[in-house]
Amino acid sequence: MITHHNKMMYIASIEAIPSGEGRVFMVDETPIAVFHGRSGRVYATQANCPHKEGPLADGIVGGSVLICPLHGWKFNLESGEGPDCRITTYPVTVDSDGRILLEIAR
Amino acid sequence: MQQHKKRLVVIGNGMAGARTVEEILARDGAENYQITMFGDEPYGNYNRILLSNVLNGSQDASEIFINPMEWYRENCINLHAGVRAVHINREECIVTGSDGTVEEYDRLIIATGSSPFVPPIQNMYTEEGCLRHGAFVFRTLDDCTRIAGHAVKCTRAVVIGGGLLGLEAARGLLNYGAQVTVVHNMPHIMNAQLDSEGAGVLQQTLERMGISFRLNAVTSRILGEDAVTGLEFDDASKIPCEMVVISAGIRPNTQLAKEAGLVVERGIVVDDSMRSVNDDAVYVVGECAQHRGQVYGLVAPIWDQAVTLADHITGKNLFAAYTGSKTAVKLKVMGVDLASMGVTHPAENDEVVVYSQPKKGIYKKLIIRDNQLAGAILLGDSSRAASLIQLFDRGTQLPEEREQMLFNIGSSANGASIQSTMLEMEDDTQVCNCSGVNKGTLRKCALSGIKTVKGVMEATRAGMGCGSCRPLVKEIVEWACEGQMDEDPSVHYYVPGVPLSKTDLVMNVKNMGLKSVSSVFNALANGIEDPGSKPGLASLLKTIWGGEYEDERDARFINDRVHANIQNNGTFSVVPRIYGGVTSPQQLHKIAEVAEKYDVPMVKITGGQRIDLLGIKKEDLPKVWKDLGMPSGHAYAKTFRTCKTCVGTDFCRYGLGDSTALGIKIEERFQGLESPAKLKLATAGCPRNCSEAMVKDVGAVAIEGGRWEIYVGGAAGAHVRKGDLLCTLNSHDEVLQMMGRFMQYYRENAKYLERTYGFVERIGIEKIRSVVVFNSEGTAERLDAAMQASVDAYKDPWLEAVEPHTPNQFAVSLPAGGIL
Ligand code: SRM
Ligand SMILES: Cc1cc2nc3c(=O)[nH]c(=O)nc-3n(C[C@H](O)[C@H](O)[C@H](O)COP(=O)(O)OP(=O)(O)OC[C@H]3O[C@@H](n4cnc5c(N)ncnc54)[C@H](O)[C@@H]3O)c2cc1C
Ligand code: SF4
Ligand code: FES
Repeated sequence: MITHHNKMMYIASIEAIPSGEGRVFMVDETPIAVFHGRSGRVYATQANCPHKEGPLADGIVGGSVLICPLHGWKFNLESGEGPDCRITTYPVTVDSDGRILLEIAR
Repeated sequence: MQQHKKRLVVIGNGMAGARTVEEILARDGAENYQITMFGDEPYGNYNRILLSNVLNGSQDASEIFINPMEWYRENCINLHAGVRAVHINREECIVTGSDGTVEEYDRLIIATGSSPFVPPIQNMYTEEGCLRHGAFVFRTLDDCTRIAGHAVKCTRAVVIGGGLLGLEAARGLLNYGAQVTVVHNMPHIMNAQLDSEGAGVLQQTLERMGISFRLNAVTSRILGEDAVTGLEFDDASKIPCEMVVISAGIRPNTQLAKEAGLVVERGIVVDDSMRSVNDDAVYVVGECAQHRGQVYGLVAPIWDQAVTLADHITGKNLFAAYTGSKTAVKLKVMGVDLASMGVTHPAENDEVVVYSQPKKGIYKKLIIRDNQLAGAILLGDSSRAASLIQLFDRGTQLPEEREQMLFNIGSSANGASIQSTMLEMEDDTQVCNCSGVNKGTLRKCALSGIKTVKGVMEATRAGMGCGSCRPLVKEIVEWACEGQMDEDPSVHYYVPGVPLSKTDLVMNVKNMGLKSVSSVFNALANGIEDPGSKPGLASLLKTIWGGEYEDERDARFINDRVHANIQNNGTFSVVPRIYGGVTSPQQLHKIAEVAEKYDVPMVKITGGQRIDLLGIKKEDLPKVWKDLGMPSGHAYAKTFRTCKTCVGTDFCRYGLGDSTALGIKIEERFQGLESPAKLKLATAGCPRNCSEAMVKDVGAVAIEGGRWEIYVGGAAGAHVRKGDLLCTLNSHDEVLQMMGRFMQYYRENAKYLERTYGFVERIGIEKIRSVVVFNSEGTAERLDAAMQASVDAYKDPWLEAVEPHTPNQFAVSLPAGGIL
């Protein structure tokens, strides 16, 4: 999924995010929400909800579904799909050293 | 391949036959069966109940087809349309059709429905045995076409039979410009579904529309030879008319079955799996079936029968059992709202509630037996019909406020609910005041095929805010799909993502020793983690396991991860505990200092008698708590919240009991206690009730004589309800014990997010009183002990200020590591 033509940004050790939760990271001034699914998968999305700017990283994650903490809109963390809208998602992985790596366009 | 399939033959291609085949296909029945159908009518299957609309011109015949011919082809069903089955040979398993077709079967379904009953009236038939020209029955699409074709040429029409169908036919005939008289042989119309008062009101309404009535009239003879010219009655009186529609009841079509030697009484007798009682290869469904002595003439029971039959014949569920239906009818006459269900006349000791306003065509009657609905008539305003049908069908315990069942009052804090009928409510009336959803949007959503309340709520977001409009949303959805809602099994689950009721879930959790939310998903939900179910499971597991619970923080809502309430801009509010609302100058100093130090945007006295520091940044939370040095007030959690108090005996001239001291004790004891939903308590020093104890989840009100009245299930939020008096007690200690026992019973038995106002109403105060006060189940001691264990396990969550529980628990954002 990750192509190596683009820049790889080291976000943090996977331990920085408790299993099943999300945290916000500042990537060049841009806040990005990174989620650590219980399955071990990580996801990265825009930080704020398109509805009323709710802090998505404070939501509840189950499988690849996220529920915004403010009014309960649901988003698919893989595709970004939400109710009549879409959130931006970013390609992200965890390497064998447990480092979260985010791909950003050059 | 074909040869390996068993052969299924269905006789009758009407509503029951075709629906049953649909149910069989839905269970992959086509993999095992090659299906053949005989249908006497030369069409695919149509919705017979809409024939009334076709007759009155509000729908075109082409609109009422459910399964057109292509459907049979697409599903590889061999349909003999227009072919009547004339013989069943059970020895050789062969059905013969009127055109000589022979079909062998391994399984046979008989769904021949019924035929109109034509009473013995002289001169009814021609010499050839046909109905005289101008005389009609009303059962099929062809009947409907013939009636319409003749009605346009008539000035006077008579309908024999003042039942549901007769009245619908009469109303339809009016549209052809004829004068219509309904002749009925009983003292009042619709005698099977109405009492005489109701029938009188209905008759007046129909008379205003132009229909005339002749009651207690027995038709003895049809007048006319080439064509009908009138009717003669048994008292020798006559009326002229050019057409007569006979609607005098129906008789199940059982001849074929009888000749084949199947057991037939009024209908073909079946067992609970809808099988003939004397031939395992033969199933029977619909109006021709007699089940537990009942023969039905409505579609609702047929749908249930079809499900059982399909489950059984496909082997999907060999234990599937149909146990009978309770039926309700609605009259489909434009401009008349009528629904009727159950008994029409009370038995001894029944309670009867009647509201009658004949001039407006309104008549409503409820017959209540053992606090359940035994029968109801709603005429002139059937806006409550859907909910009454549900109460009736499920045998639900009824609310004490009987008028709530008849009128849309007090059902929500919502202006829209005052509308007297669903029809009258404009499409642009806002129903959900939180998400701004109007009636039209809900209706369209339901009509688009989303036929569950939950589905409509999720699609439109109605009812997802404060929730006070949910009863109205439910009614609109029910109304829009005319009661034909899809069963949403998840309403019976404790949380939507684990298919178990609360009782079954608790049992499994205990037996399997599931102590964490993820272990529940793994063991009981195929490993599928449903985010919306996590907080509910966390709450339940904490209540079941107490200290042994394996706390996974991701299962909690953000409020419970950071012990504060999230606000619109992502900041949080901090409400320290102020026991019983009694504070001190020292506490106030402390709060003021903290407010200044952290630049708190707003300091507010709450409706819960304490102080709220609003707009705190997430990362400041631990510092704020540390500086305050006060325990959490849990203003964010599904837990015990507060106990409001009044000044009581300490200062008030009316005080009868020390409400302040009691309130503080209550709050000290129950603080932070997890429960299915918020618990807000209050104590009042006298019945003036200044602390609003009668509208709290649990309230104690001091009365003369040093005693305390305990109220439960009160509410004054999104829903308003006066609490029910549970019992009267003598001391603070007794109050603490009884409140604890009630709350434990609630914690164990309530659904997730069900406040006590819903819980008490659902279970019934009598039942709660017998268990909690009179120990009818012998559980009092256990409930008390369980409550004590929870109280002992309490730990102030704000202590996490000193030792955070998860990495970066209070971080607003973190710096990313950098480019590799
Ligand atoms: C702060 C306070 C308003 C105030 O400024 O006075 C308040 C604030 C909120 N209430 Fe309330 N309620 C407050 C007293 C009440 C009361 C009165 C009381 O507690 O005596 C009621 C009516 C009693 C009751 O609970 O039924 C009340 C009925 C509600 C409801 C409706 C609950 C219901 O089922 O009827 C909600 C919505 C809910 O729970 O889903 C709600 C929800 C909320 C929430 C938590 C909304 C939310 O989920 O974010 C509000 C948080 C605002 C914030 O940013 O912090 N609040 N709310 C009050 C805090 C009391 C306290 O000290 O703990
Ligand atoms: C005008 C009208 C309005 C109604 N309104 C309502 C209403 O509002 N609500 C409600 O619940 N119910 C209503 N009903 C009743 C409802 O339509 C019936 O309960 C339902 O149609 C019964 O289904 P069934 O399959 O048992 O019988 P049917 O629908 O009558 O189907 C039986 C089929 O079998 C065929 N058949 C019979 N014998 C043979 C044979 N030997 N060989 C081949 N084919 C055969 C018949 O031609 C018929 O097509 C209404 C009925 C009518 C006529
Ligand atoms: S504090 Fe209560 S009433 Fe006020 S806006 Fe919030 S939830 Fe609504
Ligand atoms: S801000 Fe996310 S649902 Fe409203």
